Amino acid sequence: MFAYIVRRMLQSVIVLLVVGLVAFSMFRFVGDPIDNMLGQERTQADIDRLRTELGLDQPIPVQYYKFLKEAVQGNFGVSYRQGRPVSTIIAERAPATLELAFVSGFLAITMGIALGVFTAIRRQGVAANIIMTVSLIGVSLPTFLIGILLIYIFSVELDLLPSFGRGETVMIGNWSTGFLTTSGLKALILPAITLGLYQMTLIMRLVRSEMLEVLRADYVRFARARGLSDRVINFRHALKNTMVPVITITGLQLGSIIAFAIITETVFQWPGVGLLFINAIQFVDIPVMAAYLMLISVMFVTINLIVDLLYYAIDPRLRVDARAT
Amino acid sequence: MIWIISITMTVKIGLPFRGTVLTKNGETIMNLKNLMIAASATALMAGAASAETLRWARAGDALTLDPHSQNEGPSHTIRHQMYEPLIIRDVTGAFEPALATEWGPKADDPNVWVFKLREGVKFHDGADFNAEDVVFSFERAKQPNSDMKELIGSITEVRAVDDYTVEIVTDGPNPILPSNLTNLFILDKGWAEANDTVNVQDFEGGEITYATTNANGTGPYVLQSREPDVKTVMVRNDNYWGIDQFPMEVTEIVYTPIQNAATRVAAMLSGEVNFLQDMPVQDIDRVNGADGLMVKQAPQNRVIFFGMNQGSDDIEADNVDGKNPLADVRVRQAMSMAINRDAIKQVVMRGQSQPAGMIAPPFVNGWTEAMDGESATNLEKAKELMAEAGYPDGFSLRLDCPNDRYINDEAICQAAVGMLGQIGVTVNLDAKPKAQHFPLITDGKTDFYMLGWGVPTYDSEYIFNFLVHGREDDIGTWNGTGYQDDALDSKIKSLASNTDLDARNADIADIWRVVQDEALYIPIHHQVLNWGMADGVGIEVDAEDQPKVKYFTIK
Repeated sequence: MFAYIVRRMLQSVIVLLVVGLVAFSMFRFVGDPIDNMLGQERTQADIDRLRTELGLDQPIPVQYYKFLKEAVQGNFGVSYRQGRPVSTIIAERAPATLELAFVSGFLAITMGIALGVFTAIRRQGVAANIIMTVSLIGVSLPTFLIGILLIYIFSVELDLLPSFGRGETVMIGNWSTGFLTTSGLKALILPAITLGLYQMTLIMRLVRSEMLEVLRADYVRFARARGLSDRVINFRHALKNTMVPVITITGLQLGSIIAFAIITETVFQWPGVGLLFINAIQFVDIPVMAAYLMLISVMFVTINLIVDLLYYAIDPRLRVDARAT
Repeated sequence: MIWIISITMTVKIGLPFRGTVLTKNGETIMNLKNLMIAASATALMAGAASAETLRWARAGDALTLDPHSQNEGPSHTIRHQMYEPLIIRDVTGAFEPALATEWGPKADDPNVWVFKLREGVKFHDGADFNAEDVVFSFERAKQPNSDMKELIGSITEVRAVDDYTVEIVTDGPNPILPSNLTNLFILDKGWAEANDTVNVQDFEGGEITYATTNANGTGPYVLQSREPDVKTVMVRNDNYWGIDQFPMEVTEIVYTPIQNAATRVAAMLSGEVNFLQDMPVQDIDRVNGADGLMVKQAPQNRVIFFGMNQGSDDIEADNVDGKNPLADVRVRQAMSMAINRDAIKQVVMRGQSQPAGMIAPPFVNGWTEAMDGESATNLEKAKELMAEAGYPDGFSLRLDCPNDRYINDEAICQAAVGMLGQIGVTVNLDAKPKAQHFPLITDGKTDFYMLGWGVPTYDSEYIFNFLVHGREDDIGTWNGTGYQDDALDSKIKSLASNTDLDARNADIADIWRVVQDEALYIPIHHQVLNWGMADGVGIEVDAEDQPKVKYFTIK
């Protein structure tokens, strides 16, 4: 077990290094940051001075090495666009994204599993068929379209919910939260649905198909033969066994909820790290892009690791294999 | 599988979503919406009788509040509410006294400008404003970290004659000095010293000073709170010197940047915002058609045009070997004649542009209606000129175009491709984000490109310095045409110190004649600026896209 974790950790570090290198070699195709940073009145001397100051005149591997050296000490440099340390900016923005991701992840998992089980058990029912049909919308419509549709219906037409922003926030230490004010909670509803809808339908469809498969398995039939109640069969035996693939997907999807909040955040002007990243791309703000990509890859790698460890907890066969070797 | 999903999702970000969903709805929905908006508007009016809040949105936010860091539009817009320069421009673009009441060149010395300062003005913290603060602010703006230093590069000394008179000394006569001062904000010397912000923040170095996040100006509004990129709140300065002179009806400003165009418009339609800049052209009719909302427009201080590399002997991006077709003035004239500017206005810009015949916005000194009209489309003549120049079958060429900088920039280029095709010039369009496009021009890596130009000084000299003078290290930096003429260059340089305004204007007219006759650039149009506002918000659109809230009326 220990050796397994160490091996996985080493693999993760390599993945991170490669992601960083790929990211750094891509930045040059995004454009030249100097052009955005200096006004139209700048002279060639200004350009040269700034380029040297930022170290952009050096080859990519050197720039990458410098970035890594600073990054391991927790210093991600200074945003070209905002002129403030990237770590401060990300720390400021992270609560917004994490709260949004938490709410939509929670919605996606609870609703996804509940509806998945329901549609599997009552698969001939009218309600189940309606849910399955409607869920197609969640899978097939692009996120920004769902966001715009929701804004159109609930903000412009019905005037019930705000179309942008986070509402009033309250600072608890360094964490700004929107959970404690009415306007903050109202502002959360549309973005959380937009962000979570895709994951919810995905989890629901996955749970349903796994569940249908398990319900046909021999041990379920034997359980019925033994006269166990439907509730015990469905929730104790069947549901637990559908969970292995569901956990993998859910884990990775939680990562995507945070990483790809970009679109939702742009549509709703949600002041999180995703919006920060979009702004950074447009401005060629290399330090912010680099820090964001590294953070996201750290997150994905960590989630993968946790998911692997969870297999151990859920699937006893893996533990047996490990002991045997 | 997960990664595949992830990749498709990131690709979606790049889709140019333009909010068409919002415009494809039927009549009944429109009526329902109008009712809802009318209802909510009445509710709002009833509740907001005492406090008049301007809820203001645009695409971007100020980068910093430090008055001398970052010479950039949205940053200046926010500063203008809290800080003041000596002179500002009113909505028509004319000078208006702010912290200076009178100014003029000194009678016996053309190198000196004298400014009389306004008396009895106080900063937000209660400190008195006087000549010492002006001297301090100018010196601060000349520091190496300042982004304003280029604009006041000609100033060698600023001295206080008495408490309310300053003299500005330049390195030679500078007839248009006041034009360079309209965004040069004055801050309090005592406040800067007390808060350790005597030096301009080192923006690139990531320095944050007290002045980055706080403001203490003499302006009509006082900063209340600010979260960069999220929200900035300002309240009215009831001790403002001009409180009786200007409407000053807005008591509170809530400024929120909203980047996504469709969301921005939705926020206005739903009544969450009552003043909107950066209005997407495709949504203008929709906002105008909504009850309680209107869009006002005015020509913007920005002209859009194409540049051609005529200086090189051969160019890379064409199919003609050993020759540069663009070096022939007849080819350039023919290409200009092939562009149908009215069609671009109607089809691409939905009426939101003013066809241009010269590359100066209409309110710039040196602009003439006659020259701005020299842009007739004439395909027959164009084909003749092409044949005369030796290209009866045309040639092919690459056009570099930005896709996120000007209004409908890529679509304009696409239209131009079709129009140039009619005279045999086959154009391959290469549209890219601005961060990749502009370096091509400044590094001389493009032979045919789109560029837009605004003139902050309202004087042709600014255009000549950057776009007409031959390219050198510190002049002609945006002239990607390769055009250079020594006689013309020295004429351009002499404008800077020519105090005889009539002779100077005659020189400007001569230089324009050359630019027009040489067909140095292909002018396309002047952009039109649109501001959306709710009924009750009263303001005229200003050509610089710099709303100054003290002029606003609000009911």
